[in-house]
Amino acid sequence: MDTVTILLSSFILSITGLFVFIWSLRKRLFDPTSAAANVIFSEGEIGHGEEPAASATQKAGLAQPVAGEQKPVLDAAQQQAMQRELAERVEADRSSAFTTFVFLSCAIVWLLVATAAGLVSSIKLHEPDWLVQQAWLTFGRLRTIHLNAVAYGWAPMAALGIAVWLLPRLLKTHLVGARFAILGAMLWNAGLIAGLGCIAVGISDGMEWLEIPWQVDILLVAGGALVGLPLVYTLQSRKVDHLYVSIWYMGAALFWFPILFLIGNLPAVHFGVQQAAMNWWFGHNVLGLFYTPMALASVYYFLPKIIGRPVQSYNLSLLGFWTLAFFYGQVGGHHLIGGPVPGWLITLSIVQSVMMVVPVISFSINQHLTMRGYFSKLFYSPTLRFIVLGGMMYTLSSIQGSLEALRSVNVVAHFTHFTVAHAHLGLYGFFSMVMFGAVYFVMPRVMAWEWPYPSLIAAHFWLVVLGFSIYFIGLTIGGWLQGLYMLDAAKPFMESVRVTLPYLQSRSIGGAIMALGHVVFAGHFIAMALRYGPRRVGAALLHTRATPSAIPAGA
Amino acid sequence: MQDELKLLGGAMVTLALATSALVVVPHIQLRDGQPPAALKPYTAAQLRGREVYIANGCIYCHSQQPRDKAFAPDDQRGWGRASVAADYYYDKPHLLGTMRTGPDLFNIGARQPSADWHLGHLYQPRAYVPGSIMPSYPYLFDIKDAADPGDRVVNLPPGYTPAGKVVVAKPEVMDLVSYLQGLDHTYPVLQGERNGR
Repeated sequence: MDTVTILLSSFILSITGLFVFIWSLRKRLFDPTSAAANVIFSEGEIGHGEEPAASATQKAGLAQPVAGEQKPVLDAAQQQAMQRELAERVEADRSSAFTTFVFLSCAIVWLLVATAAGLVSSIKLHEPDWLVQQAWLTFGRLRTIHLNAVAYGWAPMAALGIAVWLLPRLLKTHLVGARFAILGAMLWNAGLIAGLGCIAVGISDGMEWLEIPWQVDILLVAGGALVGLPLVYTLQSRKVDHLYVSIWYMGAALFWFPILFLIGNLPAVHFGVQQAAMNWWFGHNVLGLFYTPMALASVYYFLPKIIGRPVQSYNLSLLGFWTLAFFYGQVGGHHLIGGPVPGWLITLSIVQSVMMVVPVISFSINQHLTMRGYFSKLFYSPTLRFIVLGGMMYTLSSIQGSLEALRSVNVVAHFTHFTVAHAHLGLYGFFSMVMFGAVYFVMPRVMAWEWPYPSLIAAHFWLVVLGFSIYFIGLTIGGWLQGLYMLDAAKPFMESVRVTLPYLQSRSIGGAIMALGHVVFAGHFIAMALRYGPRRVGAALLHTRATPSAIPAGA
Repeated sequence: MQDELKLLGGAMVTLALATSALVVVPHIQLRDGQPPAALKPYTAAQLRGREVYIANGCIYCHSQQPRDKAFAPDDQRGWGRASVAADYYYDKPHLLGTMRTGPDLFNIGARQPSADWHLGHLYQPRAYVPGSIMPSYPYLFDIKDAADPGDRVVNLPPGYTPAGKVVVAKPEVMDLVSYLQGLDHTYPVLQGERNGR
């Protein structure tokens, strides 16, 4: 197989495909009124943010007009139409409430499991004789339990819970087929418990991200497929013309993931070096084609919703989506730079990794332009803080990822803790932050109950921000030094181990602070589920009261 | 966008492209590879040992893929020549690894042929490598008052054996050591076996 031909044809194919899509879709999307961007708002709703997690004072702060913001004045008929739409939205929320609650509760449990496993693993790296008598507590297994509890527990449960809740809202309909989603969640969780048990006793397929034995994976595949059914049914019963950008991301991701998972786990097909290429095709695509689009879908919904302003450039979000779809799928080979895989494959992945700058920049510009002038809302909205910070971390981690794929950077960063820090920047700094924010937004609607202790939301935010900063900065420096020491053949290998020790310790400290934040989060979630704190009074609170006329009922 | 079929169609095309590039074409390119003549298939004990290696997650700290000397000084560390696809002919699943918290193990059998070293090092790495952060694996060993016939007693440096006891290797750690001793890819490879590189 001729290297240059494959490389060129793939690249040209990608670029051509990209332009074909942009061309075929642009007519509607250059629509100056950007009707598609407004589809998440009712008529007259723009200018009124929705922030269910805010306390009364925060709501008042959010309602303060910012420069250039226009709050439309509605006549009686429009007012009525809006109230009707809002009532329908309450119905839509109600249809998904129980299902979302089930998913998010599972997510919280897995978050705690993953946190505990991760923290203990981190400590073990600098205390190697701690907890060594039990096989299941050895670093190699506990670290794997951490990864799998995040990758197949916290992350998908949170993302699917949010998706199930968003779908009826975005499609202005009811959630259809909720029972399939619940059954799917049960199968999925059963599979994950079995899978983690297998890893703990030492039964593993042996590949990173694919450790759970393929026999157990059947449960996850069946569960995932069942969760997909409500998506299809709800799409079919939609009452909107425009599919909002969040729907593209979620819809594509929910179809991508099962295919990835199925191919990745096919027994007896993959071999040797080809298996390694497949391994990282899978490993990176789970991040790029599942978690990333799910979190971006959330950002594209919640951010405009909270600030009460449609996304600035719908066209940019289109570009961002299709370039992500084209480029992200092919970047996995950069995990094998310098390895025994065919050279063309690595070059291809490096090129596509760098091309990832396109979707990332288009998202970042879009987020920034949408937020411009509205940054003051960050003071008042607990949800927005998580979401905007998460969006910024997406930009950072993706740019870092593109740089890491370059051979000159990769030769240092590869095989070191630098990569671990990078992985956490993406999955924690970006994905988990966005999910935290989304959960804070969604739960008051799901439970028809306010967050009982608003100060705990702030505590959660600052704990994880502080903890993660320590984690990321320390480990990045440590990993880079480790890489430099390893490249210096004059230094014995042990030097590259010793140099990381203080940074591994700082990672444990940062991790412990993050863990504390998660405990606060989980405790608050439980308090809400048990209905502590003030009672929320239904539909009328759907909106902050910007105009006196919009206060028909309740406080 | 108003058409979900266009959306899903496009999404599937992009994934198909990625899958062709990273999964299907490598499969076609590499499936007819032959093992180097000097590479021996794993013995039964080595295969069992490989499972112990997988079960305990050795891969998360040890790679098995020395890089080319033009790229990184892996050979100067004694990790061996750059590996080629054919070296992994018998590897199912692959164990290339992505971390070097510990050294590369692709040629550990050539570097450390001694079973005594491996057993003792697995029992307590810091008895051999001061400052090592590798976990100790006491659960792969039995501590006994006296060795029974047929027991493999581990010879440890002074001070590391519990007083008045003997440390005996369990069968699974014997298999693991047999696998590690077999990790020896120091044979030369022909240019033709470096396919695609």
